[in-house]
Amino acid sequence: MSQMHTDVVIIGAGSIGTLTALYLVRQGLSVVLLDRGFAGGQSTGVSPGSLRLQGRNPTEMPLSMRAQEMWEAFEDDIGESVEFEQKGHLFLALTPAHLDKIDALMPIEAAHGNFCEKLSRDEVLSRWPCLTPENLGGMFNPRSAVVNSRMVAPAVARAASRAGALLFEQEEVLSVERKGETFLTRTDRDRRIESPIVVNAAGMWARPFANGFGEDAPMFSAGPIQMVTEPVPQFLDPVVHSVDGHIIFRQTLAGNIVVAGHPRVPVDDVARRSRVPPDKTLRNMRRLLNAAPGLLPQSIIRIWTGIEGYLPDMLPVLGPSATTPGLFHAFGWSGHGLQCAPAAAESLTQLIVGGASRIDLSPFAIARFTGAVRPDEQKLRDEFEDNVVRPRSGAAAS
Amino acid sequence: MDEGAQFHRVFPLTGADCDVWVDGRRLKARRGQSLLSLLLEHGGRVRTHERTGEPRAGFCLMGACQDCWVWLSPTQRGRACTTPVEPGMRCFTRSPEAEVLP
Amino acid sequence: MKRVAIVGAGPAGIAAADLLVGRAGISVTLIDEGQQPGGQIFRQPHPGLATDMKRLLGAGHARLERFRALCSNVLPQLDYRPRTLVWNVFGGELMTLGERGVDSLSYDALLIATGATDRVLPVEGWTMPGVYTLGGAQILLKEQGCLIGRQVVFCGASPLLYLAALQYHRAGGAVAAVLDTTPIAAKVKAIPRLLALPGVLKDGLSYMAALRLAGVPIVGGVTLDAFVGEGRAAEVRYRAGGQAHAVACDAVAYGFGLRPEMQLAELADCALRYDSFRRQWYPDHDGDGRCGHGVYVAGDVAQMGGAEAAGHSGRLAALSILADFGLEAPASPEPDRAALARQLTFQDGLGHAFAWPAAHVAGLADEVMLCRCEGVSVGEVRRGLRSDGGPQEANRAKAATRCGMGRCQGRFCGSALAELVAAETGADGVARPLDRLRAQPPIKPLPISAVAGEPLA
Ligand SMILES: Cc1cc2nc3c(=O)[nH]c(=O)nc-3n(C[C@H](O)[C@H](O)[C@H](O)COP(=O)(O)OP(=O)(O)OC[C@H]3O[C@@H](n4cnc5c(N)ncnc54)[C@H](O)[C@@H]3O)c2cc1C
Ligand SMILES: Cc1cc2nc3c(=O)[nH]c(=O)nc-3n(C[C@H](O)[C@H](O)[C@H](O)COP(=O)(O)OP(=O)(O)OC[C@H]3O[C@@H](n4cnc5c(N)ncnc54)[C@H](O)[C@@H]3O)c2cc1C
Ligand code: FES
Repeated sequence: MSQMHTDVVIIGAGSIGTLTALYLVRQGLSVVLLDRGFAGGQSTGVSPGSLRLQGRNPTEMPLSMRAQEMWEAFEDDIGESVEFEQKGHLFLALTPAHLDKIDALMPIEAAHGNFCEKLSRDEVLSRWPCLTPENLGGMFNPRSAVVNSRMVAPAVARAASRAGALLFEQEEVLSVERKGETFLTRTDRDRRIESPIVVNAAGMWARPFANGFGEDAPMFSAGPIQMVTEPVPQFLDPVVHSVDGHIIFRQTLAGNIVVAGHPRVPVDDVARRSRVPPDKTLRNMRRLLNAAPGLLPQSIIRIWTGIEGYLPDMLPVLGPSATTPGLFHAFGWSGHGLQCAPAAAESLTQLIVGGASRIDLSPFAIARFTGAVRPDEQKLRDEFEDNVVRPRSGAAAS
Repeated sequence: MDEGAQFHRVFPLTGADCDVWVDGRRLKARRGQSLLSLLLEHGGRVRTHERTGEPRAGFCLMGACQDCWVWLSPTQRGRACTTPVEPGMRCFTRSPEAEVLP
Repeated sequence: MKRVAIVGAGPAGIAAADLLVGRAGISVTLIDEGQQPGGQIFRQPHPGLATDMKRLLGAGHARLERFRALCSNVLPQLDYRPRTLVWNVFGGELMTLGERGVDSLSYDALLIATGATDRVLPVEGWTMPGVYTLGGAQILLKEQGCLIGRQVVFCGASPLLYLAALQYHRAGGAVAAVLDTTPIAAKVKAIPRLLALPGVLKDGLSYMAALRLAGVPIVGGVTLDAFVGEGRAAEVRYRAGGQAHAVACDAVAYGFGLRPEMQLAELADCALRYDSFRRQWYPDHDGDGRCGHGVYVAGDVAQMGGAEAAGHSGRLAALSILADFGLEAPASPEPDRAALARQLTFQDGLGHAFAWPAAHVAGLADEVMLCRCEGVSVGEVRRGLRSDGGPQEANRAKAATRCGMGRCQGRFCGSALAELVAAETGADGVARPLDRLRAQPPIKPLPISAVAGEPLA
């Protein structure tokens, strides 16, 4: 058995955990970062890496806008490429309802200082001739960007290690207990770590570390479905995203087209297995063809999804525990945590180091689930396949 | 670079003659022949690798390595080694877009 | 009615089908990507090709005739779907892509008889035109009536080395040399096991003798250094007996044995087993082909055994399926078990006589291409593995370097990547198994055009 002391223990080395580790060690704290797999080996490393700014939940906008600023300086900051490219994000209208949605979004984006351009059908086609002539117009946000998500967590973990964080991969946190003023974290490698502060960034598996301290959030798992084509000569700059999210695609630096499309499918977070039902792959192929008919000759060479934790209001839990001083939660990113991650990690760092964060985190408090929360059932129906296990709203597991 | 044939036919084809266009050039083919054998009985490469720029001419010859993909028509791609020639087939070893789009 | 789906119409799939067809209460569907039944060994000339198979196969021709007779008896009794790829399996349903587009097929029992493909390692120049897999060179001859070149070097470590070279010779091709990477001493040590099938051993030795008689240079214990040429193979450089040599050619056929085509088994949730002697993974089964939850394996995908073994294991899997359905067995499994065991002893001998050159990868120069699909070099992966905090496992290395991410799904770089990771991390591949790239659908590229014209909803 080995015994350690540190200022902060972070459970989970996804984008949230690694970035929090980096920012905390830079503030002079000692940090132990643990992951039972590898850095970025779960949700973080399987995303298409879209850093989209428009159409987000307004509650999250301050976090998102700050995060984008940080992404823009990210590679210089961590000293490595993560294939960051700021080529914008296009909402594509395929139905009149999509156009109405764009009209509704325009003033909201403006209010948050997020410049978006409304484009007519012809403007869309003249900029991106590969898109369907049946489109009805679009909404383009030039500040949205992409990264190669496979590179993010390993690169940040290296930067954090260089700065002095201790990263233990393939080491599972078995329990966290309160022991007087400190926490005792036990791992499956027989390590015991004492620390005054614990950050719960365990992704879909974060719930037990809240439950252990008498609080809960009704997080459920699902998988956004993905596939990728063989490489194609460069022809498409932005991420293209039908307004309803039914089809989302972009071209990578290597030339492949990465394709996603909601609703999300059930995944097995216990066995940690995720598979895409083949009919959903075929459905998304049809949708892709509908949005970009010129891709007809290409082939799909890989299909995958991953395990993401969702909350019924599609907002994360981010901030201090409601029951236990020194414990901080950052989970349930509901499918868009990569974009938020830098600002989320910065906010946590400010909270831990200075007791307050510049961005108001109260909308993300875990306590919001203690009363009766009314999930937006209609929205959830749009976002998830029917067989995704639905949370029993407000049911606080003991 | 030597553009002579790579493959060397030792058993005769008896299927009906047909014409196949490869990159706009007409080649005499016979039913029963794979597109790859047609290409490599007339040349030494099948395509240019999209990342390295190297010439490629297939590798596994049994549909496993995917190194012989060509355009079977302007809108369809396929493996040359597992695709039998069809009369009138118009295949392209590089993107035909330049040729087919206005 | 119980539905049995068999994937693979090679000797294993056909032998299984033979026991299953015509039985009350069972319907059989047989799916194969190929134009014709036969799998790898019984590849048949396309219609419209006058191949003298008798000259090509010599004594082996009788086996092909028997197989053809079996097929013409069995195939009409089942739902045979040639030219159909199984690209995925999910929730008890196979996903297929055939000439009429995508389809699905549900089953009560799934027999995976998907065989094997060449197992290769990178050699400098291996992506050049004119360099082909050993099995590919043979298939081109059988199926297309062509040789890969006029002056062919056969090299690597595989029993197919001598057989394919001889078939090229019989077909009128010039064999520039046979370069065998296994030392003669290792072959001698394999003889006791090879004596499990003295007839087959004799055949193998006769191939070598025939090649020698034809004046083909045969060199044992070589190290392959490079395939050299200006945009096309023109020379093979190798070392033997401490000296560097070169042999001129216009084509190279090379391989180091076979690897199981087990993506489908993995996607069907079969447990996997590591064979530390062959240094590769196979679907795990009970010896009679059972993998559990209605999935069965037979033939080369279940264990490397050759065509005879494939037939016996196909029959065993069919008997397992019948037994598990509670149906009466038409035969006892014992004779097939005993025959399979002899075949596998012989195969162990072959494994020694044609040894996997595990150390080859560690000796590769940085410039050599490792992943031919993505264009990733040995050096790029090596640097990744050696970098501070770099990946230490094959799937992580794939994520970091793109090695194995291309169209072939790691079929041709996977073995080398696993050996490279082992060499760099100090794993011996025995006490600690080699890594394995996890299978991902689709099993082969899925053309988007497969859904063209279908309604959106
Ligand atoms: C397919 C897919 C596509 C996505 N696309 C996008 C996108 O385009 N844009 C975007 O912004 N977001 C996207 N996301 C969401 C995004 O990946 C995440 O929200 C974000 O990266 C935050 O992840 P995380 O760090 O909370 O979780 P994770 O990356 O899952 O990290 C949690 C880590 O905790 C570890 N862990 C869990 N339990 C323990 C334990 N007991 N002990 C030790 N370690 C433990 C896990 O091993 C894991 O590595 C996508 C997600 C998926 C699955
Ligand atoms: C190239 C090559 C040449 C060989 N030559 C000889 C030889 O000359 N002599 C000898 O004794 N042994 C030879 N062998 C060994 C030979 O493979 C076995 O002896 C025997 O063919 C194995 O039979 P099988 O039924 O297990 O599989 P195979 O014969 O390999 O048949 C598998 C079948 O499954 C099909 N298949 C695979 N995956 C899919 C999918 N996803 N969807 C649809 N169909 C699929 C394939 O098209 C194939 O027809 C050779 C092997 C190879 C790879
Ligand atoms: S040559 Fe390998 S797939 Fe055609």
